[in-house]
Amino acid sequence: MRYYTKDHEWIEVAGDTATVGITDYAQGQLGDVVFVELPSAGAAVAAGKEAAVVESVKAASEVYAPVSGTVVEANSALEATPDLVNTSPEADGWFFKLTLSNPDELDGLLDEAAYKAFVETL
Amino acid sequence: MQGRPSAPAAASADAAPTVTGNRALMLEEPLIFEIGSTDVTGVDLEDAPAHASRLGGLTREAAIGLPGLAEGEAVRHYTRLSRQNYGIDLGFFPLGSCTMKHNPRLNEKMARLPGFADVHPLQPQDSVQGALELIHSLAEWLKTLTNMPAVAMTPKAGAHGELCGMLAIRAAHEAKGDARAVVLVPESAHGTNPATAAFCGYSVESIPANARGRVDTDALLARLGPDVAAVMITNPNTCGLFEPDLKRIADAVNAAGAYVYCDGANFNAIVGRVRPGDLGVDAMHINLHKTFSTPHGGGGPGSGPVVFSEALAPFAPLPFVVEQEGRFHLVEEESASAEDHGQSFGRLSAFHGQMGMFVRALAYILSHGADGLRQVSEDAVLNANYLLRSLDDLMTAPFGGTGPCMHEALFDDSFLKDTGLTTIDMAKALIDEGFHPMTMYFPLVVHGAMLIEPTETESKARLDQFITAMRAIATAATNGEGERFATAPHYAPRSRLDETRAARQPVLSWQG
Repeated sequence: MRYYTKDHEWIEVAGDTATVGITDYAQGQLGDVVFVELPSAGAAVAAGKEAAVVESVKAASEVYAPVSGTVVEANSALEATPDLVNTSPEADGWFFKLTLSNPDELDGLLDEAAYKAFVETL
Repeated sequence: MQGRPSAPAAASADAAPTVTGNRALMLEEPLIFEIGSTDVTGVDLEDAPAHASRLGGLTREAAIGLPGLAEGEAVRHYTRLSRQNYGIDLGFFPLGSCTMKHNPRLNEKMARLPGFADVHPLQPQDSVQGALELIHSLAEWLKTLTNMPAVAMTPKAGAHGELCGMLAIRAAHEAKGDARAVVLVPESAHGTNPATAAFCGYSVESIPANARGRVDTDALLARLGPDVAAVMITNPNTCGLFEPDLKRIADAVNAAGAYVYCDGANFNAIVGRVRPGDLGVDAMHINLHKTFSTPHGGGGPGSGPVVFSEALAPFAPLPFVVEQEGRFHLVEEESASAEDHGQSFGRLSAFHGQMGMFVRALAYILSHGADGLRQVSEDAVLNANYLLRSLDDLMTAPFGGTGPCMHEALFDDSFLKDTGLTTIDMAKALIDEGFHPMTMYFPLVVHGAMLIEPTETESKARLDQFITAMRAIATAATNGEGERFATAPHYAPRSRLDETRAARQPVLSWQG
């Protein structure tokens, strides 16, 4: 099941682990991504708080954790090829995986249809 | 050719390219590594006589291979490069938020007087009374113009000034035994503000902007509480707009036991008109290179004096100058004078501050006088509003409907929607027209921002020339004639650089 935030992160949940990245809309707004700073495995992240930084030729932007949890893996491929965020934002360009500490937080996120409707208003 | 990825702009179609690659007296300049040789030196020195090394195991074992040139060739190399540069002495430089105003030559003449230029910070104070008096005079002017009772002259730039102010705020809280953890920073504040607060150990919370481009006062007031140490607010803000609620905000912040830090980067828009002390500000830095026309960078390090309220004055850093019975004295030790300065948070820099900048700033203040400074801010605001209203029918000004701007005219990229062009294409097209681009993509609260700051320096004729160029570019962009912009600039020494590749695969040394 995939959820979205109004800050343009997506989170794909499978059991008690989930994968987080930024949406196609977000990468389009950022422009060419040149650097991604990712959390380390074992780091605790809190819902709505900064978890990563994505830097494009225009600006550096925070990426927020959609839900709280503990990071289990960061996408090391982004270190050498940050352009994956542009070419494959919602698949190969994922940012990090985490175990959820409070799955109830998912209830506050958008589903795909609601996110698409939200982007239409921007 | 690594490090120089782009070809020179193509010669005009009807002229054959030159053999040398030069274009008349605009010379194509190779890298110094390409024209220099390790076999050449501009100075003929005898070999050093045999001697015992005192470097232990650190003696260099092989030549480091620096290129050499005859002195005349070295001078030509750097002079040619400098001709490809662009600066305020060459033309209009409308870089918003940076205040690229003219640096009067009178300032330079004064700064070069031997009594100011050749003094040493460790000279006996009796031998530098004039220099100390100048620091004291400038400090008095800054306190008067801001209506603030104290000033620290030692911070070396705007962000250093922010650090100075926030360290004083932290010291004030610590002196009360009142540990507070949070600093509130509106979205309309300068980008360095959250970095400064974080550097001082605070967690930063953002306060949203309202639809008028100002801080959302209700949201800010609602967030105040016993954990909030300070609010950092920029006025006029980064959208070039006055924050009319600052006094109300400051009163509430003080009532909640917190302090107001005002980022004074845009003081040039209100100097002589508004005194931040009257708005309840507790600390504010003043960028001498913005408001008081000292050079940006080229003249040496900057200077960002910080004015303080009565509440924060005891925590200001040392050293500072005091006048005692007609003599000027630099207070360097916490307990050196009759007054005890034991609450000072310490030192920000080794010595008294940037003497060269102080001389230039005071020369500017004295040559303009109080009435002249007032006219400076009036003209800066008038020029920005002239630009705003001369362009806002073709370009989109997100806050143009809220009334006049201050010293900066802000546009967004919504007029470029469906043209396939972006803000950076507008900036590159402007280079071809002979102007330095405006500030792009800042402030972040506006999509595809273009921030234009004319300053008081520019004449109406120059502004009209700029307006004509901007209107032509904007018209071409929205009429579907903008495809040529995608490859602009065409007439600069280098065409469009591949910024993405430069960031993803930086080549930081010659020959990779």
